[in-house]
Amino acid sequence: MSFRLEQGGRLVDRQVPLDFRFDGKRHSGFAGDTLASALLGAGQMLVNRSYKYHRPRGIVASGPEEPNALVGLGQGARFEPDQRATTTELFDGLTAMSQNAWPSLGFDMMAVNGWFSAMMPAGFYYKTFLWPRPFWKHVYEPLIREAAASGRPPQEEDADRYEHFYAFVDVLVIGGGIAGLQAALAAGAGGARVLLIEQTPRWGGRAPVDGAEIDGKPAEAWIAETVAALEAMKNVTLCARCMGAGIYDHGFALGYERLTDHAPKMGGPRHRLWKIRAKQIVTATGSIERPLSFAGNDVPGVMLASAVRDYVVNYGVAPGRRTVVVTNNDDAYRTVLALVDAGLEVPVVVDARERSDGPFAREAIRRGVAVECGAAIMKVKGTRQVEGVMLCRGNGTGAAGAMVKCDAVAMSGGWSPVVHLWSHCGGKLLWSETNAHFYPDFSRAPTGADGRPFVRTAGGASGAMGTGSVLVDAAAAGADAAQAAGSGATKAIAPAQARDEEERPMRPVWVMPEQALPELRAKMFLDFQNDVKVSDVQLAAQEGYESVEHAKRYTTLGMANDQGKLSNINGLAILADSLGAPVPEVGTTTFRPPYQPISFGAIAGEARGDLFQPLRRTPIHAWHEAAGAYWEPVGHWRRPYCYPKPGESHGDAIAREVQATRGSVGMLDASTLGKIVVKGPDAGRFLDMLYTNKMSSLKLGRCRYGLMCSENGFLIDDGVVARIDEETFLCHTTTGGADRIHGHMEDWLQCEWWDWQVYTANVTEQWGQIAVVGPKARALLETLGGIDVSKEALPFMGWVDGELAGVPVRIYRISFSGELSFEIAVKAGQALALWTRLMEEGRAFGVTPYGTEALHVMRAEKGFIMIGDETDGTVIPQDLGLDWAISKKKADFLGKRAQERVHMRDPERWKLVGLETLDGSVLPDGAYAPGEGENANGQRRTIGRVTSSYMSPVLGRGIAMGLVARGPERMGEVIGFMGEDGQMIETRIVSPVFYDPDGEKQDV
Amino acid sequence: MLILTCPYCGIQCDETELAPGGEAHLKREGPGSSDAAFEAYLFERANPMGVHFERWRHANGCGKWFLAVRSTTTLEVYGTYKAQTPEPPAEIVAAIRARVPGWGGRA
Amino acid sequence: MSDAVTALGGARAGGPLATVEEAPLRGMVTLRGDFARVGGAVREAVGLGMPKTRQILTMRDRAVAWMSPDELLLLMPYGKAGAVVTLLEGALEGAHFLAVDVSDARACFRISGSGSGAREVLARLCPADLSPSVFGPGEVRRTRLAQVPAAFWMDDSGDVTLICFRSVARYAFDLLANAAEGDAVGFFPAS
Repeated sequence: MSFRLEQGGRLVDRQVPLDFRFDGKRHSGFAGDTLASALLGAGQMLVNRSYKYHRPRGIVASGPEEPNALVGLGQGARFEPDQRATTTELFDGLTAMSQNAWPSLGFDMMAVNGWFSAMMPAGFYYKTFLWPRPFWKHVYEPLIREAAASGRPPQEEDADRYEHFYAFVDVLVIGGGIAGLQAALAAGAGGARVLLIEQTPRWGGRAPVDGAEIDGKPAEAWIAETVAALEAMKNVTLCARCMGAGIYDHGFALGYERLTDHAPKMGGPRHRLWKIRAKQIVTATGSIERPLSFAGNDVPGVMLASAVRDYVVNYGVAPGRRTVVVTNNDDAYRTVLALVDAGLEVPVVVDARERSDGPFAREAIRRGVAVECGAAIMKVKGTRQVEGVMLCRGNGTGAAGAMVKCDAVAMSGGWSPVVHLWSHCGGKLLWSETNAHFYPDFSRAPTGADGRPFVRTAGGASGAMGTGSVLVDAAAAGADAAQAAGSGATKAIAPAQARDEEERPMRPVWVMPEQALPELRAKMFLDFQNDVKVSDVQLAAQEGYESVEHAKRYTTLGMANDQGKLSNINGLAILADSLGAPVPEVGTTTFRPPYQPISFGAIAGEARGDLFQPLRRTPIHAWHEAAGAYWEPVGHWRRPYCYPKPGESHGDAIAREVQATRGSVGMLDASTLGKIVVKGPDAGRFLDMLYTNKMSSLKLGRCRYGLMCSENGFLIDDGVVARIDEETFLCHTTTGGADRIHGHMEDWLQCEWWDWQVYTANVTEQWGQIAVVGPKARALLETLGGIDVSKEALPFMGWVDGELAGVPVRIYRISFSGELSFEIAVKAGQALALWTRLMEEGRAFGVTPYGTEALHVMRAEKGFIMIGDETDGTVIPQDLGLDWAISKKKADFLGKRAQERVHMRDPERWKLVGLETLDGSVLPDGAYAPGEGENANGQRRTIGRVTSSYMSPVLGRGIAMGLVARGPERMGEVIGFMGEDGQMIETRIVSPVFYDPDGEKQDV
Repeated sequence: MLILTCPYCGIQCDETELAPGGEAHLKREGPGSSDAAFEAYLFERANPMGVHFERWRHANGCGKWFLAVRSTTTLEVYGTYKAQTPEPPAEIVAAIRARVPGWGGRA
Repeated sequence: MSDAVTALGGARAGGPLATVEEAPLRGMVTLRGDFARVGGAVREAVGLGMPKTRQILTMRDRAVAWMSPDELLLLMPYGKAGAVVTLLEGALEGAHFLAVDVSDARACFRISGSGSGAREVLARLCPADLSPSVFGPGEVRRTRLAQVPAAFWMDDSGDVTLICFRSVARYAFDLLANAAEGDAVGFFPAS
């Protein structure tokens, strides 16, 4: 059982005890602890149940590679699942919950899965739950999800704030161990703008624990001096608690800074996502120790040797009183010595090598530790905690040898450079036979916009093993990066001096013992988080999953949220062995960002709540809000859908708004309509190309409705164009279309007809636009006075400038409702005032504000199309009976050639018609009319579709428009549309103009 | 996340300041063109693995369209130039050839 | 009839980094034309010369900002925009140009903070290099402010003026105010 030592722990302050809760039980640790070290210090080795078999699991590692110790942190609006205990700094009042266990960690019902583990091999889910198919969705999946549930999602809205920060630097150094510090020093010496980030709260990495000496002093002293030197440099920024999450194209990198996770009461943003553009990046990400594969290597108490050392040296915590150390390399002897120094027992070192005579091993033997060479652990005894190990010969099948009692096992399978960040953006790897690890192929680095390398590694991440080599490599990386960044690092500095510790070669050991029988292999875990065993990978290979990417997905090796930091290399080696291929031939799976999971909050940054997306408001927005408008999103705009009175339904409100407008006068905020000025000697010629009809012939002071098509011939926008003067036109676009159409115009002007003399300006937001609509509209405007709006002075489809009630305006006499209608353009800053004035003066006429739905009803009554309702990107104007608005004389316009294509002229195309249900009901929007037979996909043929459907309050019945095959030829025919309940709705094909077919009302 | 230099305003644009516009140097086919030529103009794209000519608009910036030539595999950018350029300029072609010796020209 | 109003009525918010305030209405005129030919008209209209690429020239309540190779933004008191358009139209008669009043189409904010406060606010929202060596007084930067386009420039005091479309005034103000709530990252060296 783990416990807190009487003394020691370079990072903890024993004067500052901190209370925390784990699964409701109170514990205490010290300032400087991680949650993992505090749990171990409190004797809590068991922290989790495994994903598939629900086996008891303990803490294995001391950093981000930890696979088991995932907990739910915090409560309520600050609850977050799947947090690593090893990277969680302890604070007073921390609350953590274990995951994956029901009803409790100690007694888990699902552990029964373990008894059947022989029946749950690789691909088990695929093989077992395939049939019957409907069972997957309703029976298997819910059951599996329940059984395999990891952390629970938070139930409340996140109470914290998050932010982004864009930073541009010459050199980004990721990792603040001795390599990162040295690299930053070298890069900064020549004046390069350097950002150095480190994922933990402390600088220096492993060096102090490993007992390195630099420049003739303990590593800790060198680190403190170097950090101070870097902090004094104006061109260097240091940022701790900031993980390099990913490296992307062209020098983009993400830094994930955890500002208040360690001190939630501090206030301010919780996480900051750094969006970094670096000319050069140095990844000084160190290396990670690999586990060994022996039976029972997942029993709580079996840990990485380096982690055992970290806990003893950094936190004064011992994983056990008697620790067996098992290794294939010299580094683990540092752990042996650390344990012995702390007064703990090491009953035996199991060394897989035939000889062990390195300096650390000799020192261990001198101190009386027994070393068994050529040996292996056959299996670990114990279920919820290590009770001992059975030894055996390393090269055998696992014939049981001596039993050694112990309560912890420290394992070391060698070290792998952290090449993730190097690989994110395409850096390639080489296999080192000597160290049995992948390391960067420096000749194939990630390349940037200039085609030259922009990432280099430093220190352990390069594969350097000794302190001296690490520093030399890092100093070169930093200087090279600064030079490549073009910051002229002329002031080269010498690397700090240190020697490489003498170490004997390691020996690759992928399975322990090497000829282990299947029964042992089925208890050797590779991926602790996803419960993938040696036997699973071997089975996958046997079943033909030879590609590493396939084997990974079939077995789920490395697919948990640790992304296989501990398991990948071991798994690859086993796959290679099973296939009889060398490891580098099998290759690695793809490394993808983020290096460790980052919070959704950090990704969202400020974009939540009101800032989730921009909301566009018209200048009259506040009035609508006060009037109780029910909003409709139109693009990013918010427009009033209707203005329901207290107790009034939306349907009733819409009917009232339509009746009032058609009966007297209504007002619509049309400010969202796009307005684009097009000016120049070639403006008319340009618009003739843009619109299907002729605009150059438009007379001054007049308006014309026009259609715009894409080169594919499809209708993309419509609106009214006004001719302002000889060279100037004002083009109205749809609400959603202004930016798009302005971009479309600029595209053609800049990229195709750049010699045409035309300028455009998007003036949509310069103007508020108020539609005053209905038989009393003229009377209302006359009350305000200032402009002659008589039929003679301002005829239908004309416009006039002037002052209405003293406000400069432009009035367009255009109608989208079929009524007498004036659209008043007024400067945005005065739009609200004019609207309010019109409302006041209009009271005498019973003026009624109306929303977008009343607008829709009225335009549908008139058979006017709406872009986005009657069009969907596959509809040409001819489909909508708009041939009258397509010039036959013009030699060319955008879309003309496309509309000549054979299938555009196909008489079978669906065309616009009006639709009237026989029973007067409202057709469901989007309903289809089934036809005879089936199409090539075996689906029932359809012959038509409803594109707009409303209740017409004027006609007292449902009206609709739709696209129907040969529709206009079938006037009067009754066809069936499929209702929402599957019933056919008998519908007559009629003219789409339901109201005032001769257009008398608008032209008065 | 590309960086492309806008040849009009000189800003080294973050990709999120730009709007993409597909393949560059297409020749417009209008009325009178054959079906084959018109359909090629509408639909047939080079989509090369390697050197590619593209249209970009500095949408969150000066609003100008420009052309960029880059590798679709390594994302190396050989140059950017103004949209009012019917064919890739000589210095751009030279820049490509310097980096891609066997380049066979624009498809 | 009442006077013209800004989108937010002069909203103001402050945080540790900076104070954000909606500026009063300001006259703004977009002028598009051949830069080789419009210089005289610009001088006549606002009394300033032609800015270089990405430059803004300022004199008291007038300014002229480079927006694109054929577009300038002229700034003047709100009531003078119409007169400036008329002056430009007169001076450029016969030439191909476009001059249009866009005063009401914009929202304008002032971001003032001590030290690098304004830079820190913008660095939370814009993918632009705001290092003093790259961006300083006299330069206009058009870029993305979170999800909307914006343009800004800095005066000698280090304060920033930012303009965006009027319809997103509330969004832009809330963004800036929210960013100003942050604590200094300290990334920018004291300039």
